[in-house]
Amino acid sequence: MIRINVTSVFVDDQAKALAFYTEKLGFTKKTDVPAGEARWLTVVSPADPDGVELLLEPDGHPAAGPFKEALVADGIPFTQFAVDDVHAEVERLKGLGVQFTQDATDFGPVVTAVLDDTCGNLIQIATMK
Amino acid sequence: MDADADLYKAIGDATRRTILDELTDRDGQTLFELCGRLTVKHGLASSRQAVSQHLAVLEQAGLVHTRRQGRYKFHHVDTSPLRSIVDRWHIDREEPNP
Repeated sequence: MIRINVTSVFVDDQAKALAFYTEKLGFTKKTDVPAGEARWLTVVSPADPDGVELLLEPDGHPAAGPFKEALVADGIPFTQFAVDDVHAEVERLKGLGVQFTQDATDFGPVVTAVLDDTCGNLIQIATMK
Repeated sequence: MDADADLYKAIGDATRRTILDELTDRDGQTLFELCGRLTVKHGLASSRQAVSQHLAVLEQAGLVHTRRQGRYKFHHVDTSPLRSIVDRWHIDREEPNP
């Protein structure tokens, strides 16, 4: 049966991305091996260390930059992560200096917010009610 | 020539009035947030492109201003052009009950 084991975000700097995704968002490093000019660098949720890995993938391809800029300008998040309580998480992350383009907003069955990952992406955090 | 044509055209559309409602509810939204509110709160299935065009009409009428903050673009409501409506057709103050 097919299943998702890795998904990725394009980051402009892998070391900076690792710092943000671990120190601010709270992921833990899973795999870090040299791969050509870059690293095969993944993080996982501490709640699910054997679950889906997030690959912090270099955005060096010339198409990646304009693509990311266009999404960010319109406030469109690249991917979504689940949190237990969006409102509390927004407060916690703002305390760490994280910028949001959309504060916690109630959309009926789900509460979402959108943050800047400092690596060129907007990320949505969500809590299903 | 009616100088307010852009204004009346802008508020003559139900989706655009809803966009103004949502920006009044929370000022300074990205296109993404506005589209989410229209879809989830109002059941409007407008495409991002369509919402973007509605925003352009509202901006043309001076009812919405866009602001670039870093790499993000936010939309802000400005209701001051609506004042021209009551300037043109005055609303009499209601008489107090005797």
